[in-house]
Amino acid sequence: MGLDIRLPIGWMFALFGVLLALFGLKTGGSEMYARHSLGININLWWGLAMLAFGVVMLLLARRGTAAMHSTEESVEGRAIEEMEERTGEEHR
Amino acid sequence: MQPQPQWIDYTIIVIYFAFVLGIGFLLRKYMKTSTDFFLSGRSIPAWITGLAFLSANLGAQEVIGMGASGAKYGIATSHFYWVGAIPAMIFVGIFMMPFYYGSRARSVPEYLKLRFDEKTRGLNAISFAVMTVFSSGVSMYAMGKLLQLLLGWDFNFAIIISALIVLAYTFLGGLTSAIYNEVLQFFLIVIGFIPLVFLGLKDVGGWSGLQSKLASEMTHSWKYLGSPDANPMGVEWFGMVMGLGFVLSFGYWCTDFLVVQRAMAADSMTSARRTPLIAAFPKMMFPFLVILPGMIAGVVSASTMSSSVPMKPEAAVMAQATHGNGITLEGGRGLIPPKLDDQGKPVIRNGKVELDFDLATPMMLVRYFPAGLLGIGLCALLASFMSGMAGNTTAFNTVWTYDIYQSYINKGASDAHYLWMGRMATVGGLAISVAAAYVAKQFNNIMDVLQLVFAFVNAPLFATFLLGMFWKRATGHGAFFGLLGGTLAAAAHHGLTLPRGSMAGIKGGFLGPVIHTYPSEMAQNFWTAIFAWTTCFALTIIISMMTKPRPDEELKGLVYALTPKPKDEGLAWYQKPSSLAVVVIALLIALNVIFW
Repeated sequence: MGLDIRLPIGWMFALFGVLLALFGLKTGGSEMYARHSLGININLWWGLAMLAFGVVMLLLARRGTAAMHSTEESVEGRAIEEMEERTGEEHR
Repeated sequence: MQPQPQWIDYTIIVIYFAFVLGIGFLLRKYMKTSTDFFLSGRSIPAWITGLAFLSANLGAQEVIGMGASGAKYGIATSHFYWVGAIPAMIFVGIFMMPFYYGSRARSVPEYLKLRFDEKTRGLNAISFAVMTVFSSGVSMYAMGKLLQLLLGWDFNFAIIISALIVLAYTFLGGLTSAIYNEVLQFFLIVIGFIPLVFLGLKDVGGWSGLQSKLASEMTHSWKYLGSPDANPMGVEWFGMVMGLGFVLSFGYWCTDFLVVQRAMAADSMTSARRTPLIAAFPKMMFPFLVILPGMIAGVVSASTMSSSVPMKPEAAVMAQATHGNGITLEGGRGLIPPKLDDQGKPVIRNGKVELDFDLATPMMLVRYFPAGLLGIGLCALLASFMSGMAGNTTAFNTVWTYDIYQSYINKGASDAHYLWMGRMATVGGLAISVAAAYVAKQFNNIMDVLQLVFAFVNAPLFATFLLGMFWKRATGHGAFFGLLGGTLAAAAHHGLTLPRGSMAGIKGGFLGPVIHTYPSEMAQNFWTAIFAWTTCFALTIIISMMTKPRPDEELKGLVYALTPKPKDEGLAWYQKPSSLAVVVIALLIALNVIFW
């Protein structure tokens, strides 16, 4: 089916990553990090990690290996279709 | 202790909703036939169906409930994964998928029709359809309540907005849309929970730090299962392995259309068989994501360790009992607040304050996530609610349209009509779920009763499928009456036993004399399942022997002995379902040993 799921996943996490990392930069040294996340600027670091994940997804989508196939394209898919043809099992 | 989500958190949530809806809109133009809508045209690669297989089950019960069990029982909760889910997932992938996928049945009830007869299908289809919409309603109610408590959102708003979003994307893009969004939600849940576990573990000094802060029963999964009195679950190893590991887990993962439907959408037999095996890898790691936060919640304190930070005014508010919005931690344990009654007073039973374990995981998010990451964490929670809801909806609309509407109400209509019916069933199913959520809000007990009945219906199912797939002599009459008998046995067992310290009623003992008292509710549930399964298994065999079997010709592709074994030649070793299964089993054993 026409849409590669890695594209929306990639874009969403890249966007989240950028947003969070920028927010982390802006709020660097804020007392909320001491209060919540043990003094770690978790927004910056986890934002960068999400950005990296998003970019990897987008790169994988560009390589486009795992497009979806219909049954007729694989050996066993054809075998099943054939078997159904023979036994009349195909549904409606 | 109440979070103050800032603009950044809401921005993140809005972006997430936009992506979810966008996927539905983009897929709309591909939904041309009913097969596209209900089965994704059987065209999805294994890694996607695999993650969806996992994610459809990753509803609220999983994320919130496993955290709650982690807080209550500790690492032994992992039995739900390492004894329960994984072996069943291997079994369905290796042994059962050839019949589900190979028979070309479009649903689990339809397989029962092909294998047995119309009445067995009808029984399964109707009970499944009813259970699905009502369970969906119950989890919707749980979500509304949680968002109200945690964020001060309006209950109606929370339910209506999430139902509308799920409706929009499943209505437009059918099963493909649900599956795609489940994959998106899977990553969101994983990425949202990793920092939670990281920060929580760091705070308590790692796994060894957690071990030193918790009782020994909480950090060992098997060591204390010798006797039911030695562990907090009140279950012994036999009940655990047979009840949970065999009957309940195999019953769920191998016969529940909600999960099996994902594998049926795969693009080939090998992909269909690989679906549960691919799902097994992340599933094995989920205890660390969902159980650990609950365990940590019980031992950390709400105020920050670093004393350099002055107490915020909200910490003072936190210390006093509040009613309505906001949660008090006073009288609770760690981050787990006490359960409050209608007057906002802590519930006390047997001289001890009852804890609201369901809030363990949400409170961890509030405790460790600053604004920004909190948005991601809330998205992960919303994602888990919505993926569960969408899974129920897509399973319901398929069973309704194919197994009820097409079979009993309107046979032989055009494909376009069934596609239309599927969309209507999506709307109808969600509408009933929303209604059920409000019923649950009004009468909590009705929902408890319903869930109990569902448990009775589900318990014997696996016996029917096992005999159906591996014993060609099993007949339709045998299956039908075996199922009925199993359900009655479950009800009878539950009605004649009680968990220790409970009153007769919903917890059991409603049939009058109490024959046996179990150490815990969990033990009672496991044994109910064991009795139901055994009754169904025995009855099906006895009745099958007395009734006329179907000729072998009719059972080709439906029964093990009469189906050619799937061939995996021409696949690299890592692509073969059998070698994947071996790797999964090895990892599984390792995990059980490490957390013995």
